[in-house]
Amino acid sequence: MSSKTVETLPEATVLFAGDSGDGMQLTGTQFTLATAHAMNDLATLPDFPAEIRAPVGTTYGVSGFQLHFGSVDIRTPGDEVDLLVAMNPAALVVNLDRVKPGGTILVNSNSFEKKDLKLANLKENPLEDGSLDKYRVIQVELTRLTRETLKDSGLDHKAIDRSKNMFALGLSLWLYSRPIEPAQRWLTTKFAKKPDIRDANLELLKKGYHFGETTEQFVTRYEVTPATLPPGRYRAVQGVQALAMGIVAAADKSGLPITYGSYPITPASDLLHALSRYKNHGIMTIQAEDEIAAIGMTIGASFGGSLGITGTSGPGIALKGEAMGLAHILELPLVIVNVQRGGPSTGLPTKTEQSDLMQALFGRNGDAPMPVIAASTPGDCFEAAYEACRIAVKYMTPVVLLSDGYLANGSEPWLIPDPDSLHDFPVEFATEFNAEEEGEEVFWPYVRDEQTLARPWAKPGTPNLEHRVGGLEKADKTGNVSYDAANHEKMIKLRTEKVERVQQDMKPLEIFGDEDADLLIIGWGSTRGAIEAGVTRALNAGHKAAAVHLRWVNPLPADLGEVLSRFSTYLVPELNNGQLVRILRDRYLLPFEAMNKIQGRPFGPSEIERKIAEMVG
Amino acid sequence: MPPGVPSGDGASVLTRADFSSDQDVRWCPGCGDYAILATVQRLMPELGVPRENLVFISGIGCSSRFPYYMNTYGMHSIHGRAPTIVTGLKTARPELDVWMITGDGDSLSIGGNHIIHIMRRNVDVQIIMFNNQIYGLTKGQYSPTSEIGKVTKSTPFGSIDHPFNPIALVLGADAPFAARTMDRDPKHMKEILRKAHDFKGTGFVEVYQNCNIFNDGAFFDYTEKATKSDRAIFFEHGKPLTYAGGTRGLRLDGFNLEDIDLESGEWGVDDCLVYDETSRELATILARVYWREELPQPFGVFYREERPTYDAQVNDQVNAVIERSGKGSLEDLLAEGDTWLVE
Ligand SMILES: Cc1ncc(C[n+]2csc(CCOP(=O)(O)OP(=O)(O)O)c2C)c(N)n1
Ligand code: SF4
Ligand SMILES: [Mg+2]
Repeated sequence: MSSKTVETLPEATVLFAGDSGDGMQLTGTQFTLATAHAMNDLATLPDFPAEIRAPVGTTYGVSGFQLHFGSVDIRTPGDEVDLLVAMNPAALVVNLDRVKPGGTILVNSNSFEKKDLKLANLKENPLEDGSLDKYRVIQVELTRLTRETLKDSGLDHKAIDRSKNMFALGLSLWLYSRPIEPAQRWLTTKFAKKPDIRDANLELLKKGYHFGETTEQFVTRYEVTPATLPPGRYRAVQGVQALAMGIVAAADKSGLPITYGSYPITPASDLLHALSRYKNHGIMTIQAEDEIAAIGMTIGASFGGSLGITGTSGPGIALKGEAMGLAHILELPLVIVNVQRGGPSTGLPTKTEQSDLMQALFGRNGDAPMPVIAASTPGDCFEAAYEACRIAVKYMTPVVLLSDGYLANGSEPWLIPDPDSLHDFPVEFATEFNAEEEGEEVFWPYVRDEQTLARPWAKPGTPNLEHRVGGLEKADKTGNVSYDAANHEKMIKLRTEKVERVQQDMKPLEIFGDEDADLLIIGWGSTRGAIEAGVTRALNAGHKAAAVHLRWVNPLPADLGEVLSRFSTYLVPELNNGQLVRILRDRYLLPFEAMNKIQGRPFGPSEIERKIAEMVG
Repeated sequence: MPPGVPSGDGASVLTRADFSSDQDVRWCPGCGDYAILATVQRLMPELGVPRENLVFISGIGCSSRFPYYMNTYGMHSIHGRAPTIVTGLKTARPELDVWMITGDGDSLSIGGNHIIHIMRRNVDVQIIMFNNQIYGLTKGQYSPTSEIGKVTKSTPFGSIDHPFNPIALVLGADAPFAARTMDRDPKHMKEILRKAHDFKGTGFVEVYQNCNIFNDGAFFDYTEKATKSDRAIFFEHGKPLTYAGGTRGLRLDGFNLEDIDLESGEWGVDDCLVYDETSRELATILARVYWREELPQPFGVFYREERPTYDAQVNDQVNAVIERSGKGSLEDLLAEGDTWLVE
């Protein structure tokens, strides 16, 4: 067997980086698949440029895919990178600060020519000037080896050079003792109709794998043993897929047809792509002419007795504001998905951020609150989407569902849920008169359910329940237009109270970490993994800390006040300039400290750990 | 009470009263909107559509208050967005009979984007556009159909915006059905609305509507007895273009329409253009006869083109997918792709 020593690691972080055209996303995805098959826990972070095909070799054209995997509980895509695979100098320059001192850097040494260095704005060759001394640098002639391997393949130069990522993938799989078969299977199906390309890729993949074995550059090979995950059947899932499946589950369990309306925008477009494939699951999709049209169409669908769902990112939400207010006053069920990205304006379209929270809570004219639910991990997008749909129908209200670029594109192993284990999703349409007026039975569209304050849902086509709804203030119960001052105040309070009652549907808050700590960290959305991993590290280092995570940001959970009262210092980490922290300060008048990161990237656990140490140490 | 009274054969017969809601109509006395409401309410029982299947959806404006006065399902939505709401509703519920009510500002200004897209999609709804060439509800600013030089509160020195020609605009967006009528001719209006309803696809009807408060008399040349006969031409499919009690007509001279005197002895009815509402070319020529000194203003169905509707096609596609791959199973979907078992 092998002459190499094998070192077992509890966890590792790998980052593939290269030109947008180098196939780094694909390489990362295949490495992820192999890692899932090796039964490790994992989390991924794809990171791509806003330009589709930026000029080759430039720093702004660098595309990356980071993967953190282990035999231990993996909560984030990793803080510091153990292995950076850099296909060119630009990829090296952009990502160097993420590599841990002593980490490994594998470079394609054929791409460090003068012109490549110039494109990356480098005066000296980093492979020669000693600037990489604190890392272990492995130079592989990826381009030359690829060309040599494929010289008889019949493929042209361009096609050959484009395949070098397969060599890199093979080598990385070898280095971390991952199975090669999943990638082989994938290539075989993907290029079934192009046998020359299929064979070339398979050949390179194998060459890369064997290269690790034979080259003397590697003395050690790594192994990461399977994680102890709860038993069951697993798959790797991306947040956007999980979200789409949560919507399908809602259609399935409720029996409601779903209309999804959307206008393409990064990073929400993938939700439209995914759902448009699910026509036979009761999902109708419409690509509208703009975001306003998209929400208008879904309001129309909800009025007709379907569940309308519209998805976009921050700029699209800005356009939907007026229609969201309409859905609120109509009191129709609707789900508005915001896959957040860096703002303001066009901002950082391909990067992640949590900066649309205030927009979700208040971004409308008038007092128009709506429930706001936030997904916390890629897999959790499934349950968050399902809950958003369920609550929208149960309370007859629009619900905002917050995801973000990291959740949407990131992936993790997912325990496939049993549809029977999902919350019941009953739907009841009005068919009967519900009031009496001057001795006659009538239908009033704004009579409320005592427990939820929801109004009846009477869909067109139902005899005798003809009624009109609209954006003008309506009289309590009858729904007739009313400009009465006292009625207006009453209706504002009623609609607000209805949203507050969603508290009834929340599970009790769970405290993570040391319940006796003084410090409580309050988080929401995709920061959950980093916060809890950071707390775990802090606890291991002897610092006392606890964390609580908010699934619902509006209304805030009924038991939050009591939970807060058990602690004395508070930290609110957010990927924005301080939004939830303001809500909490306003509501609880406690000294919440803000921790903000606005760099288009998620928190790493070490950042949280350091902050905890600083606060309690 | 269930609507209507039983007729001899047991089916219930609805009357205009069955379509009036209990809400007080709040338009200014004398407003042209009343005539449109009355005409629609009179037309409804004749359509034979069960009342519960009728839906009226509007945007914002004086005209858009319309749904509140109809005893059908209805929604008064937000400014300019009614085309999007009817598209979603009709696509989700193709069996409903959906009508959209809008104004010149609502549909051509703030809702301009949506109006062109509903046309190209061809959603099977009727659109009644109340054109009063003014913003009524906001108290009298000029609108995208106001004539150049219009003096209003927001244009004390006269407006300089070139106005839209609504029929030409929607034809440019590939409207499959475009017609014009007027508030002062309920008989014509009713027939045009009936045709729009009979048409399978987006039936766009522009109604000249007098706003007696902010733009009184805007269309009087065409609508009032003294001038109507000489200044308006009511054309029909398959009939020659004649007006002024048959004493005048329009003939085609190249791509242009020429006004001809049928009593001069020089021209006869046979010289007049025989209108063909399925001709895109004729529709384009006639639509461009717009506020012209030398020609009468046309009223009637400019264009009709049968083509598959959006709502039907979306549903056909869904059904085709179900037929091909069967009704989707949630369980299978969740477990799609590479999976592995942890013991
Ligand atoms: C977003 C928004 N902008 C502006 C308005 C104010 N507004 C209400 S109606 C209207 C114009 C209506 O004109 P038109 O569509 O011609 O209807 P009309 O009143 O003439 O029937 C305007 C500008 C509004 N309601 N909403
Ligand atoms: S302002 Fe004009 S359009 Fe509006 S109701 Fe009065 S008369 Fe009619
Ligand atoms: Mg108007």
